Amino acid sequence: MIRLPEFSYYSPKTLRETLKILASERGKARAVAGGTDLFPNMKRRVQTPAVLVSLNQVKELHRNISRRRSAGIVIPSGSTLSEVSRNQLIQQFYPSLSKTASSIATPLIQNMGTIGGNLCLDTRCTYYNQSPEWRESVGYCMKAPEGKPDIPCRVAPGSPQCVAVNSSDTAPLFCALQGEFTLVSSDGERKIKACDFYRNDGELYLNLKPDEILSEMILPLPENLKVCYLKLRRRGSFDFPVLGVAAALKIANQKVEEARIFLNAVSSAPIEAAESEKILIGSSLEDGKLKKETIAKSARQAVKYSAPYDNTDFYAFWRKEMTEVFVKRALESLNEPEILKEL
Amino acid sequence: MTLKVIGKPIPKVDALARCTGKLQYADDLIFPEMLFCKIYRSPYGHAFIKKIDVSKAEKIPGVLKVLTGKDFPISFGILPVSQDEPPLAEQEVRYVGEPTAAVAALDENTAYAAVRAISVDFEPVKPVMTIEESLKQEMIHKIAGLEFGDIEKGFLESDEIFENTYFYEGNTHLALEEHASVAVPEPDGKLTLYSSTQVPHYLHRTLAKTLNLPPSRIRVIAAPNGGGFGGKSDVFSHEIVVSKLALLTGKPVKICLTREEIFYLHRGRHPVLMWLKTGVKKDGTITSMHFKSLLDGGAYGSYGVASLYYTGALQTTTYKMKNYKFEGARLFTHKAPCGPKRGHGTPQPRFAVEIMLDEIAEKFQLDPAEFRKKQLVEPGSVTINYLKIGSISLGKCIDKVIERSGWKEKFRKLPFGKGLGLACGSYLCGAGLPIYWNPMPHSSVMIKLDRGGGISVYCGQIDIGQGSNSMLAQVVAEVLGVEPSEIKLFCADTDFTPVDLGSYSSRVTLMVGNAAIQAAQRAAAFLKEAVSEKWGIPKTRIELSEGRIWDRENLNLTIPLAEGIQLAEAKFGAICAAGSYTPPKSPGNYKGSGVGPSPAYSYSASVVQVEVDPETGNIQVEKVWIAHDIGKAINPLSVIGQVEGSVYMGLGEALMEEQTFRARYQGVHKTPSMLDYKSLTFKDMPDVETHLIEDPDPNGPFGAKEVGQGPLLPVPPAVANAVYDAVGVRIREIPLHPEKILFALKNKPPKKNFPDFHAPKIISVPLPSLSEERSRQPNSSLTPDSSASKNPS
Ligand SMILES: Cc1cc2nc3c(=O)[nH]c(=O)nc-3n(C[C@H](O)[C@H](O)[C@H](O)COP(=O)(O)OP(=O)(O)OC[C@H]3O[C@@H](n4cnc5c(N)ncnc54)[C@H](O)[C@@H]3O)c2cc1C
Repeated sequence: MIRLPEFSYYSPKTLRETLKILASERGKARAVAGGTDLFPNMKRRVQTPAVLVSLNQVKELHRNISRRRSAGIVIPSGSTLSEVSRNQLIQQFYPSLSKTASSIATPLIQNMGTIGGNLCLDTRCTYYNQSPEWRESVGYCMKAPEGKPDIPCRVAPGSPQCVAVNSSDTAPLFCALQGEFTLVSSDGERKIKACDFYRNDGELYLNLKPDEILSEMILPLPENLKVCYLKLRRRGSFDFPVLGVAAALKIANQKVEEARIFLNAVSSAPIEAAESEKILIGSSLEDGKLKKETIAKSARQAVKYSAPYDNTDFYAFWRKEMTEVFVKRALESLNEPEILKEL
Repeated sequence: MTLKVIGKPIPKVDALARCTGKLQYADDLIFPEMLFCKIYRSPYGHAFIKKIDVSKAEKIPGVLKVLTGKDFPISFGILPVSQDEPPLAEQEVRYVGEPTAAVAALDENTAYAAVRAISVDFEPVKPVMTIEESLKQEMIHKIAGLEFGDIEKGFLESDEIFENTYFYEGNTHLALEEHASVAVPEPDGKLTLYSSTQVPHYLHRTLAKTLNLPPSRIRVIAAPNGGGFGGKSDVFSHEIVVSKLALLTGKPVKICLTREEIFYLHRGRHPVLMWLKTGVKKDGTITSMHFKSLLDGGAYGSYGVASLYYTGALQTTTYKMKNYKFEGARLFTHKAPCGPKRGHGTPQPRFAVEIMLDEIAEKFQLDPAEFRKKQLVEPGSVTINYLKIGSISLGKCIDKVIERSGWKEKFRKLPFGKGLGLACGSYLCGAGLPIYWNPMPHSSVMIKLDRGGGISVYCGQIDIGQGSNSMLAQVVAEVLGVEPSEIKLFCADTDFTPVDLGSYSSRVTLMVGNAAIQAAQRAAAFLKEAVSEKWGIPKTRIELSEGRIWDRENLNLTIPLAEGIQLAEAKFGAICAAGSYTPPKSPGNYKGSGVGPSPAYSYSASVVQVEVDPETGNIQVEKVWIAHDIGKAINPLSVIGQVEGSVYMGLGEALMEEQTFRARYQGVHKTPSMLDYKSLTFKDMPDVETHLIEDPDPNGPFGAKEVGQGPLLPVPPAVANAVYDAVGVRIREIPLHPEKILFALKNKPPKKNFPDFHAPKIISVPLPSLSEERSRQPNSSLTPDSSASKNPS
């Protein structure tokens, strides 16, 4: 059996206490919520924090998902994926988020795993998510902890930075929904737009300081918004995405007023397919539907934002090809009356 | 003959224990003062060992012993002809993950820390990772060349010749239970090894050899296996290592491998590159077949010689073949060793043949079902390669799946994107020869009757989850006229139980079943003798049923079984009986004829319906219909479970499973974890409709044949044929990744080249003569006499 390495463990009850511990441990400590990502990684020694600070008992992170009048829906980061997917407010305003949460991993993991942990998920790579013995065989790579900048990336040896993949299913959706995250540390609180929270760098993938945690996410109330998230993976039962497409359209007066398309798992962060959006914005609908040519054109533009490497399941060239198909299907699905009902 | 227990869908005798976590697997065993073992494994695919430094590891507090290759001068291997594996590598490592040093420590973490402290000075060499490269470097393990009849003549008689190359990727067993072993030094100086193994007898022999001890000083107990599928039918390094550590430290030593280590231990499906040429008459009659296979064996021999011959052996057991030639080679590469996996060496050629038949049927516009049915092998015949066929109901299997799937209405008629494929298969019911030559029985069963009425059954067989315990209990219960739950089983313990060769080659039901019938009949004979004397009636009137003994002609005359046992014990002394089974001698007698013969052959046919997404290439299997010629289902519930399990595994191989390596980085395994190595989950399984065709085989116990492996065979080619029906692309390799299908839809199907390979020597085998065939009596059948099992009422 593989066992966890040794670590110290704190289980604070309040946010203040939590932040104090994180500050005093000066970067040696790591937050753990459900542990469904962190513990498997620790077993493989790809993450080896000496100190863990559990967020599970921190009451501020486990309040109910609520509606804040002007701001929108507030989701505390400690909500489990099951809670998110079953929550009435989420189902009413963001059925796509409810559906996405229930498509992550397995029901057991959804009961343990939190939405905060999902949004802060470590990036993944088939050269990184391996045992120490395996990594030693290939000579490690640039990603922590044994990673050193002078070791080349094993996937793309010429790459100046790590190309591990952002594999969170909800991250691109929060970007497309224009979510805002609250980050807290002992120094105070700051807000950051979801799309600015992620960095396209497999090693330093979040704009999050070592002593900071994500406390809550705010989603603005949707107005004439159509949303969907599609993911590509080997098995429908459980698998990380190897391509994710989140699409959100704001429709007014038979026209697309706003469009947001974020691709995921084909780079180290959710990537906005700006050219695809541009084609959609301002385009007029036909019988309430996006025109076929518009969809096709928009989908074709998305391919250039897709930069998969051979570090996930499936061949990289096929994942790139599938980007067009999946963007097309995402947009087509927004034409379906079923999706309209979700608004 | 009415059967009371045989044919009943009863739960497995160990179902409750398995489902409630009460069954003790090897890793559940705990002994006082037990140490834990971890193994240092090679980080290189190919390297020479210059120096091993274990001094740091030895100094870690809690470490009791560190072993290296020099502690194991004797190599081993499952086949006598391939004793090529060192328990720990001493001079050279040949695959990533090869065991090179081992540690015993007070706890697992310390053992692991010690392994990490071992330093080895390697001199790496570029690993050979492909069939083509291995062939070029002549890393040949074994070559086979056999010709039956005259294929060139056969090709001349044909109207059309079909020729193609096929590739079947390697994949692994993925049994849920990780391999575990505990070695216990006994107070009398002997050694006991508990292990998750399918082959306790071969393990016993190998331990005696490698530890240089008489077998009488070693006891092997096979713990219940949490699945095997062939992955526990080799003897493994860790089993020898913990035994040695236990002897040296005087303490029990346990090892439980990690999932990653099991991907390295492997012994799974060989990747096989195949070339097939078939001559056919316009009416579809096959006049000649020429088959070549190149097997990527990985680093060691394992069952490889048998695997190689199996790729050429069973093509003849389904369709009549007048001329047939087989050339093949098993090659070494620097990868985890391949071995037997469910179907052992036969799913690959079956894949090639059944796809080619689909191509032939299409060319001549024949219905693939009718075309197959027209040339089925006859029951009781001898094939061109001297395999003696018993019962064959493949025709009925085909009819069943054709009817149930709506084949006639759907095949070539569904809209683009949807399709149906048909394929068949055949498998043996136990290898006709043991792994090491000996004239002794392949299986024996002992029965002891207690004067309180208890029935104890002793047999070396091991239940690997396939239900062989239940089979054994049911067979004995039937003959002795009791319920299976009355039977107490003692299995797979080399000190207590007579030898059974192991749970491989689908042999257990047929061989253990027949041995059990004989043992039970002999035990019953004591009772009948004693009771008939007491009652003053002929023995033939005595009947055992419902836990009692009856006079068949006077049902008022009856006593409980226990009373009968007491009468017998008073007359004969302790009531013990033994039965054995040896397969009939095969008619074949040429070099290579040892692989293929079996007391009986099972058959299956399957229709698979798929939907292919033409934009992505993704395949959705909608439904699988499968009919299996089981001879007689001893426990239909168990049999259906085995069929569904085979379908699951066949679909996994067809759609996604692959054991592949990164040549660029020492030859590391690409996906050594259950998350990354893709296999279907319970939730991904389509609906499977199973039909059992019962046509008793003269050699089977109560007519029963195998089911554990055969039903896998038709599945992969049926999926490939269905994909062709759906979108018109012929993919001749698996897994059928969406990438390949999409590529084929947009361009041309990918085509593999078959290297220029000829077996340097072809053994030309004369045709089996008809007279020989007739003179051979049906093999002695061990069906119980009717009096033993007839209902008295
Ligand atoms: C078999 C399997 C399949 C999976 N499949 C999927 C999938 O399909 N899609 C998918 O998206 N994920 C998948 N996951 C990943 C994971 O289970 C989920 O993403 C889950 O939501 C993670 O949440 P957690 O609370 O368990 O995170 P943890 O493991 O507790 O934490 C994950 C990371 O986030 C950090 N973190 C956690 N909470 C906070 C916080 N509040 N502030 C700052 N940092 C924080 C931790 O330090 C850690 O680095 C899978 C996992 C497994 C084991």
